[in-house]
Amino acid sequence: MTQRTHPWRWGTAVLLLTVVCAWLGLMAGSEGLDTDWRWSDPIVQDIRWPRTLGAWLAGALLGLAGALAQGLFRNPLADPYLLGSASGAGLGVAAALAVVSWGGAVISPGVSWLQPWVWRLGLTGCAFVGAWGAVLLTLLLARGAHHSLRLLLSGVVVGVVLGALTSLLMVAVPQAWPVMQSFLLGSTAMIGMPSVVLMAWVLLPSIAVALAMARWLDGLRLGEDTARSLGLSMGLTRWVLVAVLALCTATSVAQAGLIAFVGLVAPHVVRARSALPHAVLLVRSAAMGGLLLCAADVLARACMAPRELPVGILTAVLGGGYLLWRLHQHPQRGTP
Amino acid sequence: MARSQAGLLGGAKPRFLARVTALLGCLFLGQIAYAASPTVVRDDRGEVIALANAPQRIVTLMPALAESVCALGACNRLVGTDRFANWPASVLALPKLGGMDDVSLEALVRLKPDLVLLGRSARLLPRLVALGIPVMALEPQTQAQVQLSLQRLAVVLGLPEPDRQAAKVWQQVQAQLDQARAAMPPQAKGASVYFEAGSGGYAAGESSFIGELISALGLRNVVPAHLGPFPQLSPEWVLRSQPDLIMMGQASLDPLQRRPGWSQLAAVQQGRVCQFTPEQGDVLVRPGPRLGEAALLMAQCAQRSWKP
Repeated sequence: MTQRTHPWRWGTAVLLLTVVCAWLGLMAGSEGLDTDWRWSDPIVQDIRWPRTLGAWLAGALLGLAGALAQGLFRNPLADPYLLGSASGAGLGVAAALAVVSWGGAVISPGVSWLQPWVWRLGLTGCAFVGAWGAVLLTLLLARGAHHSLRLLLSGVVVGVVLGALTSLLMVAVPQAWPVMQSFLLGSTAMIGMPSVVLMAWVLLPSIAVALAMARWLDGLRLGEDTARSLGLSMGLTRWVLVAVLALCTATSVAQAGLIAFVGLVAPHVVRARSALPHAVLLVRSAAMGGLLLCAADVLARACMAPRELPVGILTAVLGGGYLLWRLHQHPQRGTP
Repeated sequence: MARSQAGLLGGAKPRFLARVTALLGCLFLGQIAYAASPTVVRDDRGEVIALANAPQRIVTLMPALAESVCALGACNRLVGTDRFANWPASVLALPKLGGMDDVSLEALVRLKPDLVLLGRSARLLPRLVALGIPVMALEPQTQAQVQLSLQRLAVVLGLPEPDRQAAKVWQQVQAQLDQARAAMPPQAKGASVYFEAGSGGYAAGESSFIGELISALGLRNVVPAHLGPFPQLSPEWVLRSQPDLIMMGQASLDPLQRRPGWSQLAAVQQGRVCQFTPEQGDVLVRPGPRLGEAALLMAQCAQRSWKP
C-alpha cells in the first residue's frame, strides 16, 4: 500500500492514455469510429473537439471535487453525489430552466449576441448556489463533519429531498421537462467552446487553491486535534475548501449534467496502489477524472452509434461496478 | 514629417466626409432594403430570422413543423427530420436525426442545413446558434399560433405571395373544421368531453389547440383552462367530472376496464369511448396543418358514440 509509483512514470502513462482518448474522441462520430477524419472538417473542430475537451474538463472537476471531499471529510466514500451537492446543483439548474421556460420569450430577445455566455454563467451560478446550499444543509444535519456515518446519511437524505424537489419543479413547469431530462441523464453532447472555457477557468484556480491547502488536508488526515496542534487553523480553510468543492461540482453539473461516480472513483483509482500526500493526490485525481470521463464519453458515442448513450448512464454502471469490485476486494475493512 | 501628416489629413478631409456620407447613405438604403426584404420575420423567441436566400436544405425537429413545410409545398427542401415525423409519406425516406432530447448534433451538421426548424425549448438551440446554423424556433400552442407559424414559414421559405400561400393552407383547415362541425350529431351538442393526450393521465385542457377544437365542435371540455394546456390529472378527477364522451389513444398500456373506478363512468358503460389508432393520434396531437383533419376525427368519434 505504501509503495509509490514513480511520479514521472505515472504522469507519462496518464498523459499518453489521455492523448489516446482525445484522439479517439476526435474519431468517434455519429456513425461510429470514423478513421478517415481531418482536422479541417468543421464537424471535428466545432463538435467533436469541444465535447472531448469538455468531457475531460468535467471529469477533472469531478475528480478534484471527489478528492477534496474525501480529504476534507476524512471519508473514502465522500463524493459530490453522496454529500448532496450534485443534487443541489441539479436543483439549481432545474430552477433556472423552469424560470426561463416559464418566462419564455420574455427573457431571450435583445441578449441574443451574449446569450450563450449569459446562459452558461447563469446556469453555473444557479448550480453553485444549489450545491453550496446542499453541502451546508448536509453539514448542518450532520452537526459538522466529525461523524462520518452521520455525514453520509445526511448527505443521502439531502440528496433524496433535493432530487424530489427537482422532480416537483418539473411537474409544476412541464415545459422545462425535456431539457431537464437530458440534464438528469448527464450528457456531453451539447458542450461547446463557451462551456469548455468556463470549465477551464474554474478548474485552474480551483486546483491552485486546493494545492495551497493540501498541507492542511495532510494534517487533517492525522485527526483534527493533531492538525490543530500542528498550528493549522480549521475554520476558514474548511469553508474555502467546501466552496471550492461546491464550485467544481456546480460547474461540471451545469455544463454536462449529473454524471455519477467519476468523483468517487477517480481518487480511488489514484490511491489504489499507494498512499499519497494531498498535493499529488488532488492533481492526479483531477487528471484521472478527466481521463475516465473522456474514455466513457468515447465509449458512449461509439457503442450504440448512430444513437448516443447518455454518458451518465455509462459512468454509473462502470463506476458502480468498479466500487463493488473494490468492496469485494476488501470485505474486512468495509470501505473500498 | 508632422507637417506632411497634417497635410495628408487636411487633404483627406473632404474625401473623408464624402466617404462618411456615402457610408451613412448606404447604411440608410441598406436599412430600407433590410426592412423591405421579404425574408425578415421573427420566430417564437422574438429573434429576427433574416436569411440572404430562401432556404433549400431544411431540417425540422418537430413533426408538426415538417407537416407545415410540406403543406406549404416545400417538402422537397427538407433534408432531415426528427424520429417521429411520418407525414406526408415522403418524409419517411429522409434521415432521422433523433428524438426529443437525443438529436445527433453531428449528423445534423453533416446535412449542412441552411435552416433548422425546432421547438423553443430544445436544448440543441443554443448550440446550433453558437455553430452559426440558422435556426427558427416555432412552437405553436393554439390555432391562432398555428396560423401565424404558417404565415411566418411561408415568408421564410421565400414563397411567392407568402400570405396567399399560408392563407390557402389555413382555408383548407377551416373548411375541414366547418365540415366537422356540420357532421356533429345533434345529441352531442354541449356534451362534456375528456381528452387524454398522453398516457399517464395527461389531459388536453381548454387552452390547448385540442381544447379549441373541442369547443369549436360545440362540445364542452371537462378540463378547465386554468389547469393549463396539458395538465396531469388524477384518475379520481376524471371520475368526478363524469364526462359524456372520452377520447384517448389506443396505445394506452392499461385497458380501460382496469382503470380503477372507470367501469362506473357513464361514458364507459354506454360505449362512448373513442380509442384512436397511433396514426389518428398523430393527427390529433400535432399543432400543424392537419388540425382540420383532427376535427373530422373528433366528429367521426361523436357520430360513432351517438348512433341515430
